[in-house]
Formats: sequence, C-alpha cells, structure tokens
Amino acid sequence: MGTHRSSDEGPILDVRDLTTYFNTDEGIVKAVDGVSFSLYRGETIAIVGESGSGKSVTNLSIMRLIPSPPGRIMKGQVLFEGRDLLNLPPGQMRRIRGNRISMIFQDPMTSLNPFLRISVQLIETLRLHQGLNRHEARKKAARMLGEVGIPSPERRLDEFPHQFSGGMRQRVMIAMALSCNPDILIADEPTTALDVTIQAQILELIQELTKRIDTAVVMITHDLGVVAAMSDRVNVMYAGRIVETGGSEDIFYRSRHPYTSGLIRSVPRVDRSRSGPLYSIPGRPPNLIELPDLCPFHPRCEQAMEICRHRYPPAYSVGGSGSVRVNCWLYRETGAGAEK
Amino acid sequence: MNAFSSASPSSPPLLEVRDLKLHFPVESGIVFRRRVGAVRAVDGVSFSMDRGETLGLVGESGCGKSTTARAVAQLLPPTAGDVLLEGASLPSMGRDELLRARRNIQLIFQDPYASLDPRMTAGNIIAEPLIIYRNRGIIELEKRDINRRVEELMERVGLSRHFRNRYPHEFSGGQRQRIGIARALALGPRLILADEPVSALDVSIQAQILNLLSDLQREMGIAFLFIAHDLAVIEYIASRVAVMYLGRIVELADSAALYSRPLHPYTQALLSAAPIPDPDLERSRRRIILSGDVPSPDLERHGCYFYDRCPKRMDICKTRIPELTEVAQRHQVACFLHHDPL
Repeated sequence: MGTHRSSDEGPILDVRDLTTYFNTDEGIVKAVDGVSFSLYRGETIAIVGESGSGKSVTNLSIMRLIPSPPGRIMKGQVLFEGRDLLNLPPGQMRRIRGNRISMIFQDPMTSLNPFLRISVQLIETLRLHQGLNRHEARKKAARMLGEVGIPSPERRLDEFPHQFSGGMRQRVMIAMALSCNPDILIADEPTTALDVTIQAQILELIQELTKRIDTAVVMITHDLGVVAAMSDRVNVMYAGRIVETGGSEDIFYRSRHPYTSGLIRSVPRVDRSRSGPLYSIPGRPPNLIELPDLCPFHPRCEQAMEICRHRYPPAYSVGGSGSVRVNCWLYRETGAGAEK
Repeated sequence: MNAFSSASPSSPPLLEVRDLKLHFPVESGIVFRRRVGAVRAVDGVSFSMDRGETLGLVGESGCGKSTTARAVAQLLPPTAGDVLLEGASLPSMGRDELLRARRNIQLIFQDPYASLDPRMTAGNIIAEPLIIYRNRGIIELEKRDINRRVEELMERVGLSRHFRNRYPHEFSGGQRQRIGIARALALGPRLILADEPVSALDVSIQAQILNLLSDLQREMGIAFLFIAHDLAVIEYIASRVAVMYLGRIVELADSAALYSRPLHPYTQALLSAAPIPDPDLERSRRRIILSGDVPSPDLERHGCYFYDRCPKRMDICKTRIPELTEVAQRHQVACFLHHDPL
C-alpha cells in the first residue's frame, strides 16, 4: 500500500466544509458540521466513527443522496476534477454517480432489486454508462462476476439476488460498483453484516481489484481493525466533525486526540490476552440537536480544560510532517498554525 | 455471595450438556404436511461448566450458538440429548419443577431494543421476575423489599435509581443493556446465558458493559455462558472457549491455549481473519482466507462438517466424523490432524 500521493497532482476529491443538517420535531440535528478532507488517486482513506458520528451522512452528502426534506446540505464544496458536485445539474450528477464515483453499502439486499435478475441489474449499469450493446454488456458482466470470485458466472447471471448468500451478494455489489472502472469507490460499512471469515474475503477482494484498476477508496466504518487493515490515511469523526486526521501509523501509534486514543484503547484485541479491565470512555456521545459550538467530547474527556466548555477547537497541525491535524485545545501551544 | 464455590469436588458440575441436538423440521405439502427434512441447528453438542466460570461460545452466524443457549434454558425443547443443572435433568422436569430450576438460569439478549417491553417502566421490567416468583410462592418478599431490591440492582449495574419510572425508549442502547442485566440478576441466578450482549453496542459503550459483566461475575460468582461472534470480546471475558461450526463444537480449550495455539483449522482461520487495530501487524500477518460460504445445515453429514472449506482436509475427513477428543490437558479438538478416529 503506502500513499500514492504525488506532489504535482492535486486531490481527486476535495471535500471542503461540508455541512448537512436535518430538521426534526425536536430541533435541528447537525449531522455533518464542517467536514473537510481530500482523497488522492489510488489511495485508500478511512472515515471512522461510532453510530451517529455523521460518517454515512458525509458519504450521502457527497453523492447528493440526502433525502430533502428533512435533510439539507447547508454549505460546503465537493470538488471532483475541479467541479463542485453540489452545484452540478442532476443529469450530470447521474453521469458521475455509479460511473466515475460508485458506492457499496452495508446491506447488499437493500441495494439490489429483489425482482430483477442479477444480469439485468449489471447490464443496466454497463449500457447506461459505457454505451455497450446488450451482447457486449452481458459478456462484460459475466467477466466481472468471475473476477469477484463467483463460480460459474454465466449461469449465475440469470439468478435473482435471494439465490446468493450474503457474502456473494456483496461480491455482486462490488462487481457492479467496479464495472465502469470508477475513479472513486465509497464503501460504507461494506463488511459489517458479514461473518469474519467472509469479511476477510471481501476486504481482500476490494483491495486487490481497486489496486488493479487504480481506484481510490473511501472506507466508511466503525471497525478500527478494518481501518488498520485497509487504509493509508484515517479521518476520525465525532459528533458530526472530523476531530483528527493523519496517516494510519499516526492515528494508531501516536494518536493525539483523547477521543481517538480512548477509542483505540477500548477495542479488545485477539492478539493480546487480558490484563486487567478494558479501558472504557466514560459517558456516551452527545445529542446532536442544537449542539452548541464547544468541544462535544469535553464531558467524556479526562483532559478537558476550561476553554473546551466554551469554544470548539480549531484544527492544529502537529507531528513532523505536519500531515496530522487535530481539533483539540491541548495542542494550542504546541500545534502549528491553526487553520479554520 | 460466593457460597457456591465451596462445593465439594465430588458434586456434579453446575451445567452439563450431553450430546444436545436441536433439529427444526422442514415440512412440505398443503393438505397433508409431511416432514421432508430438518435444519440441524445444533447437532451433537457436549460441554460442562463449573460454578462461577465463564465459558465463551464463539462461531459465525448460523453455527447454532444461540440455539444452544435457548435449548439450555429449555426455551426450545431439545430433539435429543440432555441438559443437567447441578445434576438434575431439565428436559425431564415438569412445569413447576422447571420454574424453580430456571430461577438459576437467566438470559441477557443481544438487542436491548427488542428484548425490553416498551410499555413497562425500567423498574417494573427489573421487578417482574421477582413478582412472578413471589406470586408463585417460590420466594418470600414483601412489596417494599421488591422496591428496595430493584433500586439496589439499578445502582449495581450503574443506573441511577431515579430512572426507575422511565420507559425503555428514554434510555440509550448501553443503558438499556444495563436494564437487561439488572433483570437477569434479580433472582440471584447461578448461570447467566448472555447471547451477544455487546454486539449491538458502539465500541466505547461495549467496553463499559464488558467491564460491568466481568465485575459482576467476580463479585457474585455467577457462571456465564457468553455467546459472541467477536473473538476478541470472547478472549477478554472468557476463561474457556468453545468454537462452534455448523451445529457442532470443533474445539474447546482454556482461553490462553486456544488463542496462542489453536489446533482446529477452522479456529486458526477464524483467528487469522479477525482484524486487529494495528496497521503494521495487519500488513505483516498472513491471513488464512477460507474459500466459499458455510454450507446449508439441512443435510445429514457423514464426514467432517468443515470438510468443504478446510484447507487441510484429508481423505478420511470425507467419510468419518471427528469427535471432540482431548488431545492435551484441558484442550479438546474434533479434527483428524490431531487424533485418530475412534
């Protein structure tokens, strides 16, 4: 793996200050509140966070799939090849979605149409985006199914989604998502519903195929083990914001934000036998309704200071290369140039 | 509370499960229903548990681990085999006798949203087992004793007693799981069957609940049959571990031995597939990637249940079923790589 970042090439996807709110009866939910990150060609980044941290809403906002109402993208930019996806006419957005940027989701059963044969669903994508005729598209669909490791693909093309197991359905989704050689694959909890031996198969498949066709991957997950196995860079989300971003080693071995280090320490590990009680972060995540502009982690933070209760911290650059950014007041003195 | 650990060595184990089978019939036909087959959810499981110990039961979906727990609690009548609690056979008990015995077996479920009655307050949910057993005359308690006991239980699991009049929807997932735990503790059981109690919870909350369960066990000497699909969670909580595949236990050993020296090829694959939050380690470790899916449990098998996916299968595995055999001190495995056929 390693970062494929080259200096002369800008990011392929640049998300800036993305902000998505939902109107509810109880008030405004700030699901995503000023998220910025960039993705370079060929690399895999992770967005990791617990339920309600805003990681999936970030993904849906990028793809403009937020149901509106109640959701609304308040501000921000999603720059793909210099164009802001948030301002694109719907027709142009459709040409990008599923073609240049494609997605796989947690539950393949909800993303596949149960009434249509696999062939129909795969061929539809290929004909729509690649202009192949029916015969060519069918041939390519069969080849794709073979590549994702489905035995006798010719025959299985004519089966319905329910005839596939959970792992096999996720393989079909991957075949569909990668059939147009996309620039970006957004994988939203792609293995959460799968058993651990099947998860290993699927992660290996995603890694191998995206490497071969040079697709950049945004891996959205709550599982730090999956993050460690897959990603070059990591964005940690808490209460709708990215609180720390850095290279995989920075995050796992030298995490700066108290939430990140607490999260990593709370995960039981198969390679370590038990020594005393498991570390646990006290309390629970905040309610995102009308969340005031202070550090949302401070009630659970062992190192909370007075200022944390009053203002949200800016992003401080820390570490030698300056590639790590952390939103935490602890780095007010040592961190370089706050950018906000 | 540690009154049970002083039992004499000759006394029967707390729980003994002998060749337990649970087959769900598959029927066909509109007018004349006839049995056309069976889903062999649990297909010959044997193990025993001592007082106060935690046995982890681990396996992937459909391997029969939850069904095993339900059959132990007699929520599902076993097709064959026996379940002995302190030497007394549960399947052969009458209704009243079973009710008395069940006081010592309680359950905690995975989904704290589905397992609590949304129309009952937290206090009533926790008090319900006490009230049922009092009304049947099995335990003697005054009404105000029940109230006091509910408050004690709530504080013990980390819930404020002021929450007793709140309804389940007013609690978070972690808090709801605490209500479920308090209810399971109410009757002072000797055995708790915990079915994936933390798998619906976020990591930071999961750690809190695991620590609570581990504290309770140490203080009260309750035995736990702890079911999970997450090997790391099992390693943290259990002193012995049973690995299930397709309705059978394939390996059973002390936790330290199982994690450092797994013998069964399935256990090895399962351990190597479990992701570890450590990028260097993830990059360097070699995964055993199993091919294919878990086969359907509705076929009668004449060879090793793991044969189709086993990377080390031999000819004999196709025609003989390996039985769980002790191959080292307190280490049992069902695999012909480690023992000869019986």
